[in-house]
Amino acid sequence: MTKAEIVEQIYEQVGFSKKESAELVETVFETIKQTLSMGEKVKISGFGNFVVRPKNARKGRNPQTGQEILLEARRVLTFKPSLVLKNILNDEPVDSSMLAAENRD
Amino acid sequence: MTKSGLIEAVAEKTPHISKKDTEIVVNTIFDSMTQALKKGERIEIRGFGSFQVKIREAREGRNPKTGEPVHISAKRTPFFKVGKELKEMVDNVPPEAVQPNSARELA
Repeated sequence: MTKAEIVEQIYEQVGFSKKESAELVETVFETIKQTLSMGEKVKISGFGNFVVRPKNARKGRNPQTGQEILLEARRVLTFKPSLVLKNILNDEPVDSSMLAAENRD
Repeated sequence: MTKSGLIEAVAEKTPHISKKDTEIVVNTIFDSMTQALKKGERIEIRGFGSFQVKIREAREGRNPKTGEPVHISAKRTPFFKVGKELKEMVDNVPPEAVQPNSARELA
């Protein structure tokens, strides 16, 4: 599935024009990206949480040459899937208490 | 930011579309992504990242409280791989500052 196919779903299911659907899908992902780039997490209930985590500097090695290198401290993005999403993928029951549990901060 | 915060922010940027409609759109996006993953499809959002379902093999685990061995059956788990653009945005490194073959690339 690509962004174009998501746009197609919006067009078919919600009834916006293709142009509006594309604009909306674009704005949704842009907004998530901007929020994450400020270091703020994005929690999509029923889907999962996108969280920015700091990583400390550490020594690494170039796997090809074996040369030691310093990996600088950086920030990485992690995704923690919702229990609801995991259960759907495994044909397991989903109930509202799961949503309540993950919506707690 | 929660899903309702996201809806709010998107609605502000698209004043010609009602908040109610924005909510439907946001829900439809994540529902259609969930359905794609359910079908075992890979999702690729350029500039954002990709989602893929991987199978975790069945294994013998242990109940940490009692120490009793338990069987854990195979499971489908969603994985996210961050895209290049978002990865750089999150780390606040302008793309032009990233040298090819730098330590960052190898990480």
